[in-house]
Amino acid sequence: MRDMKAFFLHLAVLAALLAALPLLSAYHVTNVAKIMVLAVYAMGYNIAFGYTGLLSLGHALFFAAGLYAAGMGISQFGLGSAGALVAGPVAGGLIAAAVGLLALRTAGVAFMIVTLMFAQAGYLTVLYFVRYTRGDEGIVLDRAARMLGGVDLSGDTPRYLLAFALFAVALLVNLALVRSPFGRVMIAMRENEARSRMLGYNPYTVKLTALVVSGVYAGAAGAAYAVLFGYVGASLASVQYSILPLLYVLLGGAGTVLGPLLGALLMFYLIDYASSATSAYQFIVGAVLVVLVLFAPKGILGTLRERGLRWLP
Amino acid sequence: MAAVILEARGLTRHFGGLKAVDRVDFDLAAGEIHALIGPNGAGKTTFVSLLSGRIEAGAGRILFEGRDITRLPAHARVRRGIAYTFQITQIYAALSVYDNVALAAQSHGSHPLKPAAMEALDRVGLTDRAGQIAGTLSYGHQRLLEVAMGLALKPRLLILDEPTQGLSQGEIEVFNGIVQSVVPAATVLLIEHNMDVVMELAQRITVLNFGEVLATGTPAEIRANPAVQAAYLGA
Repeated sequence: MRDMKAFFLHLAVLAALLAALPLLSAYHVTNVAKIMVLAVYAMGYNIAFGYTGLLSLGHALFFAAGLYAAGMGISQFGLGSAGALVAGPVAGGLIAAAVGLLALRTAGVAFMIVTLMFAQAGYLTVLYFVRYTRGDEGIVLDRAARMLGGVDLSGDTPRYLLAFALFAVALLVNLALVRSPFGRVMIAMRENEARSRMLGYNPYTVKLTALVVSGVYAGAAGAAYAVLFGYVGASLASVQYSILPLLYVLLGGAGTVLGPLLGALLMFYLIDYASSATSAYQFIVGAVLVVLVLFAPKGILGTLRERGLRWLP
Repeated sequence: MAAVILEARGLTRHFGGLKAVDRVDFDLAAGEIHALIGPNGAGKTTFVSLLSGRIEAGAGRILFEGRDITRLPAHARVRRGIAYTFQITQIYAALSVYDNVALAAQSHGSHPLKPAAMEALDRVGLTDRAGQIAGTLSYGHQRLLEVAMGLALKPRLLILDEPTQGLSQGEIEVFNGIVQSVVPAATVLLIEHNMDVVMELAQRITVLNFGEVLATGTPAEIRANPAVQAAYLGA
């Protein structure tokens, strides 16, 4: 019963996103498409952080892995858009596995620092190999390279629809994952690692699996970003892009399936409106975060779940 | 004597200069309820932590069902059938009672999951609290939930670390019934301070003192042992 309720809520959110397309102006269509891609990234982050308790500060590396696998795949290896969209999540998952094998020997603050260092190393690598990556200036993918089955993905409507399709798959997989037995084990690992070990679960393999899934999401989002928006640059591999999904997840609600979308949506438009009003928009973002931490540390949906919506996954 | 399910030889663990467990030889017969007693600081919890793998042995070896498990990590020993319930209750306070037990049942590979989890709850009398958040249970019920998690693992050996601590007399009687229902299909190793519980449940008792085995025997033998009386019962 509560499973059905949750399932229909998520379908309703997807339906609303689809129904919004003809109602939105071109400006907002582009924005929401970008928000959906960033929400996929944040959902991946949430699988590691919100559900498994892995506070990573290095997810930009996984996002960038997908971004560059797609971008350089297209610009230098003649990959098509479809191939790029497959290469992205594969690259994200592989890099997450490699980082996880080492970083998961640590926990807590040490894990934050180690993941941060890996991501900085990745960022500096992108800058170092400027001949191939074009560094800060970035790679701009031309329209001809961004075709999928004869459809031009740089057009507003196809772009929105592809972002939506990716988001819908990611959301439903996320929902199924956290409802599955493995999802329960991820949450158990977050809640009490010592106890989980004494129930026969190997913390290392559980966390590594969660991190790889998280990396696949981040890589898929990175590849979609490259293909849909046609830009692949070093700034997208910077530490700021490790912090963004954390903020989205904290705002929307860590450990909730819809939290990353809600967080990404609100934060995106908060920055959008604040920066049109004042050049000190980061001050406003900071103030919102302080208020959030003080009054709703579990984020919007986390607080709602605590206040009665217990069925919210 | 019945077949030996677990065998420790020369098991040792020192913390700095403290000999928490020192060259302990120990045999557990399949299907028995075996109590481990001793004064505070005798090394009881350290000893069962060595058996369950929560602490690594300094020396010696452990055989479980004939296989050497000395170097196996704790989670792998659980998979082999050694369940450990914590002295200080370690339930998942934020999860439902059902999810707590389901985590144990699915680790054992129980399929379908729900009946297996509900059966474990039924055995400790918590069926009607399945949907409750575990952290909101009374202390006694949390202890029973901890035991239910142990049962849901369907262990070959169930290690209970001071399970009746803080339980009311009525809850202790329920608990005694649960432990008696576990054997002889499985084996129980019980650390316990409450001598009434020990005398009612245990077929054999091992007394630890300063990390060494002082005596092993039936309850009657242990009661009559002058060394035990001197060291432990304070007589």
